[in-house]
This record gives sequence, structure tokens and C-alpha cells, in this order.
Amino acid sequence: MTTAQLHGNGVDASGARPGWAINVDGLTKLYGRGCHHCLETTGPARDRNVCPHCQTTVACAGVSFELRPGHTLGIVGESGSGKTTVLRCLYGDMAPTAGTARLRDFQNGATDIFEADGQERRRIRNFLLGMVYQHPRQGLNMQISAGGNVAERLLATEWRKVAAIRERAGSLLGRMEVPLMRMDDIPAHFSGGMQQRVQVAKALANGPSVVLLDEMTSGLDVSVQAGVLDLMQELQRDEGIAMVVVSHDLGVVRLLCERTLVMKNGRVVEGGVTDQILEDPHHPYTQLLVSSVN
Amino acid sequence: MTTDVREAAGTVAGLAETFSYNYAFLDELSKKAIRRAILKGVAIPGYQVPFGSRELPIARGWGTGGLQITLSLVGPGDVVKVIDQGADDGVNAVNIRRLVERTSPGVETTADTSAATIIQTRHRIPEEPLRKDQVLVFQVPQPEPLRSVERREAETRRMHGEADYSRMWVALYEDIVQNGRVTRTAGYPVVVNGRYIMAPSPIPKWDIPRLNMAPHLSLFGAGREKRIYAVPPLTSVTPLEFEDYPFQVEQFYGQTCLRCGSDTTYLVANPTETGTLRYVCSDTAWCDAALATKGEEVRA
Repeated sequence: MTTAQLHGNGVDASGARPGWAINVDGLTKLYGRGCHHCLETTGPARDRNVCPHCQTTVACAGVSFELRPGHTLGIVGESGSGKTTVLRCLYGDMAPTAGTARLRDFQNGATDIFEADGQERRRIRNFLLGMVYQHPRQGLNMQISAGGNVAERLLATEWRKVAAIRERAGSLLGRMEVPLMRMDDIPAHFSGGMQQRVQVAKALANGPSVVLLDEMTSGLDVSVQAGVLDLMQELQRDEGIAMVVVSHDLGVVRLLCERTLVMKNGRVVEGGVTDQILEDPHHPYTQLLVSSVN
Repeated sequence: MTTDVREAAGTVAGLAETFSYNYAFLDELSKKAIRRAILKGVAIPGYQVPFGSRELPIARGWGTGGLQITLSLVGPGDVVKVIDQGADDGVNAVNIRRLVERTSPGVETTADTSAATIIQTRHRIPEEPLRKDQVLVFQVPQPEPLRSVERREAETRRMHGEADYSRMWVALYEDIVQNGRVTRTAGYPVVVNGRYIMAPSPIPKWDIPRLNMAPHLSLFGAGREKRIYAVPPLTSVTPLEFEDYPFQVEQFYGQTCLRCGSDTTYLVANPTETGTLRYVCSDTAWCDAALATKGEEVRA
């Protein structure tokens, strides 16, 4: 797949079911009032993301990609390059300033999910998306049981049978190697790695078509990291979920992602097949990134 | 000045005459605003409509929400019944009834459920089935059913707007996991018309099925929290329940009312001097009527 195909604009006007699971076009998020200089005065070429005219922060601008079911896209880049903002806009934690996003499973991709009203947006989030936050505290309610956290997603998708919910939650947690005897304990009493695995179980509970993973393995020790990554590979293979993996760890991206976007100062500076990007980086920033790891 | 006023007026009714209080105490514009809130509530069953709660001669938290609804609806020819936990003779009920009587000429008050056109209630629905020409007005202390899972008002409003009720369900799930059943009793959350989760004021679970598809109009007023909401006639009201843990009303395990012998009504247990419990009907008017039909003397 080429970079041209990677950048999403392949929306089929005929209404047929598209081949992609998610299609994002021109996603932009500004913090501040914004002016007409914002986009031209920021970006990797200027090496800044704060507009000198109006002090607006350009968190991300013009981010486009599309992703097929069962495939994984990596987004790498330095801290503050807008990776998390992209995920949070897609998940609905914040509203983007501009851009569109379409999901195959939402009206066959005919409608921009940012245009959906609050109730629809909530249903998209509950039924079609899953999110794993960098910090478990953001994605879990620490005061309700691990089982209850997973159940929250199931209840949001209208599961109404306690026995069935417990069975599903138990099997997901089991798969994440969270001991079943701790299912009714609160995550506040879990280790960081275990909390993160509960979060993954929660994100996957409703069988989402797209899962967004934000720095899932940072903050975990290497052996636990390996366990979580194994698990993600397994899921990728078995469930056909499309995943967007945000990471500053190139090793994680190399392992999980067929394709990768490199972000800097809120812009995508390079995108394509992961191996190609890591072996033959074109953009100076990517070269720096790759060389500083090797 | 104060002494003069007392001498001149003597009673609330006298005061009303002396100072020309408006009919039903509230001024017409306030009543109009409240009726508009009621209409909006009826149009969106279960949705909490904010309203400008007025000052009344009773303190907020003592039934001012219900009272403002009652006062904005009454007119000559209306018959008002006020109950407090099912009883017509509670101090709060008596005071509210007197205020309505003295400020609204032409309005009668009664203890007889079937004779009433407007029934203001705290925490109960009368046992006698209501008719479509009757209005039931609830006094509501806490109108927000999601308050137990979310403290922030802005957030609960968003949750209602997006029908994002999973946290309420999780609270019930956790209750079942920890206690083997849903331990909530009064004020059990319900879904109105398949959309909004509503706090049915703290009526017992017993009364919840009696709200479902009821022929009468139910209006809920929270004076302190400044919210009005409604369940229109023939609207579905369903308790939140799991398929394998169905909703259950209170059980009395063979107890009957010590006064009228009823085993089909909601009973309250009063402790006696000997430490035992004495079960009686919570709805005193119903109990008295049952005794009267038995030809028995009404015992206190």
C-alpha cells in the first residue's frame, strides 16, 4: 500500500460499503481563538506549534489516514506532536476544529461522525470504538470493581443479564491474565500493569470495530510490556479489529503496525509501510528519530 | 407595626385580605411560568425542566416544589387532597392544605382520594387507583437520579442529553455483585417513555408499577432544586432491572394491616412499646375507608 492510499480521501459517494474500517480526513484541532495565520506559521518547517500572531496552539492539523479492518496503524512522534489529540478527537473526548472522520460501521461511512449529534456520538463511542488511555486512571473508574469497569461497556451496549455480563467480563479479564479471583476487587488496589490490562479488557468488551491505543505500554516494565503486546497481536489476528496505536516507542510500532505515520509539530511529516519508514526514513525528523533509537 | 399587623389580620386569610394576596398566593406571572414549565415537562416525559422556584411561607425542602405546582393549577371548584407518607394528618400535609384553603377561595380540601381533583403527595401514591381527571403532584427532594453516581450538574445534564446511562447501570451491577440483589428501595430509578432516567421522588418500590401506563397525570416539583418534571397519562415507566435479577416490590411476608386487615396494600412497620412491630396501612384514608365498609369503628 502506498502513501497515497494511506492518506484518506477514498470516500465512495455511491454509498457502497467501503473497504476501510475508519477514514480520517484533514483532522485539525486548535486551542485558542485561531487566526488565518495559524496554519501557515506553524508546523515542522517552522519548528513550532504555537501561532506567533494569536498564540493559538495548533495541536494537530490536516491529519488524514484510512485503515482497513484487521490492520494496525502506528502514530509516532515526539511528546507534544499531537498524537494523543488525534485519538481523543476520534474517540469523542474533545471536538475537533476541522476535519472529518467516517466509520464503515456507522451508516456505511456515509456520514462524518463529527457531524453526529450527542446521542449518536455516544452510541458510536459505546458500540463501535474502544480506547486505551496512557494512564489507567483516565480509562478506569478506580472505585468500582474490575468486573464493573468491563461491565460498564457492556451495559452501555445494552447487555441486561448479570450472569452473561459476568461471563463475558470474566473471559476478557482471563484473557488479559487478570486473575478471576480479583474480578470483584477495585483497580485502585491493582499494580500498574494489571490496571492497564483491565483497561484493554474494558476497551475490547463490546467487540468494537476500531480500537484506539494511546501509549499503552509506556509506564509498564519490559516483561509486562511483552505480555500486553503479545495479547494485542493475538487480538489483531483473531478479532479483525482495526487499531490505531500511538506510541513514542518505535519497537512497539515495528511489532504491531503494518503502516505508520510520523508526526511533528501537529503535522504528519511522513507516512507509509512501517518497515520502509524505519529502514529508509526520508524526513529529517524521522531520520533523527530512527537514528536515536538504533 | 408587627403588633398592628397581627391585630388587623389575625390569620393568614386575614393577611391575604389585608394585603390583598393574589389568588392561590403566587402572583399570576409566577403561576404562568410554572405552568409553562409543567407543559414542557409533559411534552418531554421524564425531562427535568428548570424553573424559578418562588419564596413561599414554608421553607424550601418542605414540599415547596409540589406546592407551587398545586398553587399554579388550582381554581374554584377544585378539590385538593394533601398526603404525607400516605397520611392526610401529617403536620406538613395539614399546613399545606390550610395554606391552599386560605389563599384559594372556592377550593375545597378533602381526605377522600376519589373526591380529589389534585392530590399533592410526599413519598406515596394513594392506594385507590386514580382516574384520568385527577392530577397527582409529588414533592421531590432530589430530582436528579444520577446524583448518586455523578456530583456535577453539568455532567449529569450531558449524560441525560446523550442517554449515557451506563454508570447508573454499573451502580446497580455493583450492588448485585456485592449484596446479591439491588438494595435500593425508595426512589428506585425508572426509565420514562423509553428515554429519560427519572427519580420517581422517594416513593417505595411498591408504587413504581402503579406509575406505569397510569391514566392520571403525574407532576413532580422540586422547590429547593428548582426542577419540574412530569409523567403524562398512559406513559411507560419501567424500573431499571436485569433479566436475571428482576425488579421486585417490597414483600410483607404474610403481614396484614392491624387496623383494617388489608394484605394488598403497602404497609409501614411502627415499633410498639414492647419492641415488636405493628404493621398498618401507609395510606390512612384507604385504611379508614376499609374499616368503615367493614362497619367497624375507626380506631386511632
